[in-house]
Amino acid sequence: MANSASAQPSPAPAGADGETRRDFLLYSTVAFGAVGTAMMVWPLIDSMNPAADTLALSTTEFNLSGVQEGQGVVIIWRGKPVFVRYRTQKEIDDARAVALADLIDPAKDEDRVQKDQDKYLILVGVCTHLGCIPLGSKAMETRGEYGGWFCPCHGSHYDTSGRIRKGPAPANLEVPPYTFISDTTVRIG
Amino acid sequence: MSTEKSVLQRAFEWHEQRLPIGGFIDGVIGTKYPAPKNLNYWWNFGSLNGLMLVIMIASGIFLAMNYTPHKDFAFDSVERIMRDVNYGWVMRYMHANGASFFFIVVYIHIFRGMYYGSYKNPREVLWWIGILIFLAMMATAFMGYVLPWGQMSFWGATVITNLFSAIPVVGDSIVTFLWGGFSVENPTLNRFFSLHYLLPFVIFGLVVFHVWALHLPGSNNPLGIEATPADKIPFHPYYTAKDFFGVGVFMLIYFAVVFWAPNMLGDPLNYEKANPLVTPAHIVPEWYFLPFYAILRAIPDKLLGVIAMFGSILILFALPWLDTSRIRSAVFRPIYKWFLWLFVIDCAVLTWCGAQLPEGLPLILSRVGTFWYFLHFLILLPIIGWVETPKPLPASISEAVLKGRG
Ligand code: HEM
Ligand code: FES
Repeated sequence: MANSASAQPSPAPAGADGETRRDFLLYSTVAFGAVGTAMMVWPLIDSMNPAADTLALSTTEFNLSGVQEGQGVVIIWRGKPVFVRYRTQKEIDDARAVALADLIDPAKDEDRVQKDQDKYLILVGVCTHLGCIPLGSKAMETRGEYGGWFCPCHGSHYDTSGRIRKGPAPANLEVPPYTFISDTTVRIG
Repeated sequence: MSTEKSVLQRAFEWHEQRLPIGGFIDGVIGTKYPAPKNLNYWWNFGSLNGLMLVIMIASGIFLAMNYTPHKDFAFDSVERIMRDVNYGWVMRYMHANGASFFFIVVYIHIFRGMYYGSYKNPREVLWWIGILIFLAMMATAFMGYVLPWGQMSFWGATVITNLFSAIPVVGDSIVTFLWGGFSVENPTLNRFFSLHYLLPFVIFGLVVFHVWALHLPGSNNPLGIEATPADKIPFHPYYTAKDFFGVGVFMLIYFAVVFWAPNMLGDPLNYEKANPLVTPAHIVPEWYFLPFYAILRAIPDKLLGVIAMFGSILILFALPWLDTSRIRSAVFRPIYKWFLWLFVIDCAVLTWCGAQLPEGLPLILSRVGTFWYFLHFLILLPIIGWVETPKPLPASISEAVLKGRG
């Protein structure tokens, strides 16, 4: 028993830079552990992203025939309001008369509507500042200084093309993806 | 009387030998924990924080037994708690006002730290953990306020989550991720409930580290000088008694509000069910978020506003180095003292501004206030530390006490 110490296996020989097999085992265990944990964590994180049924709700159809000239309506797409406005000729002309250089987020009105249906302006009705719903769709509501929409939360004014003209919002109201499936029916999403 | 130990005593000792819970408590807040003998009433707010955390967790767990985290039922389930559940109204009013009182206590606690320089060497890590607790509390309170699913719940959640859309490139994906959808919706409510339940226990864990970090150097004191063993007295019974007195006074005020003015601090709009298609004319957060909301709105650029708002809290992490003076207590800092009170006034002004519409005078004041807030930390504090001549420090706490100014 007195010599039992010498009976123990001698430590693995050190490599040229002092690294041992034990170090290698340590590093590879830590690496496997880290990769394995990361692979476990991703499903947890991704489960917080929109689920399949939420994504499935992503188209809405709407019949435009009931909308009068000059009138605006609000419909719901993906839980968000979508503004549909049947613009008057004057509103269209106003939107097109502005020089791009005067805009905070320059965009041509022509690019924000569809060519043969350019009287219909279709927008996601969510202020690009912090997500309030701008006023201006209902008859009694203020349309702001540029005749489009006005966000009461922090005072953003949008014009008749839904472009930001004044206030803290950084961008124009978003144009959702949509197609006209007939002359009077539009599918959003 | 016999000197024999009673059965109870022997049972206790038997247990102590196997798991010394009694000894542990005695070391943390009992006779084995020496504290400076000159602590004043500002030092009561630490134990009040602990009490508030316990009250919030206790009332919250019972609320959760009757609360339904679903967008169609949440509002009605809270109304049912108020009307039909036995004592439901007490639990809800304790919880809702408890959040306000928790913040009152924590703000005083933070101010105490600033006044007496408790964030300085060797207590920097203690200070950091405190700020982490503060951040976790803000997240908890924000998500809790969403749960009753009233108009302010919904639109507050919308505005605050949208703050993250200011982040370049990935901002919108982050917001979609936070919502679990394309707007604040049922998945959002569900996860907020889950996290609202979780975070207070995370706070509890942080408190353990906070107290651990406190016990290495021990408490700071109103003079800010090192306390020698001769300057210390055991925590129990001296400070347990003093803390209990503070608890009594605090409870009188807290429950006066719970019973007689339970809606004083709340927004009436939150008694209106959430409507995703109608934004209220004026969105205001709960009072304890107002200074930060004022900073957000003071800056006309979205991204910079968000950076300033988060920066106004994160800057506290750097406070131990921004304050260049080695004197802890403001008692001995004739210039710093006044600037600290100015800073308190600045925070009060920002709080007022946060509740107003951001135009005219409130907008100007919130810009001046925001400017001053950062000026205080980034410019004034370093300079004051360099130019100020501190008053002479007493040699020991005993000396100051005997001269009548401990
Ligand atoms: C740091 C501790 C906590 C804070 C600061 C906090 C804060 C809040 C706030 C501000 C509300 C909104 C109250 C209202 O206006 O109605 C709330 C609601 C709620 N909290 Fe907490 N809470 C905390 C801990 C907890 C815990 C541990 C639970 C346990 C599950 C809980 C469960 C609830 C429930 C079910 C509601 C919804 C009912 C209601 O609105 O009254 N809370 N919380
Ligand atoms: S959310 Fe519309 S202006 Fe701020």
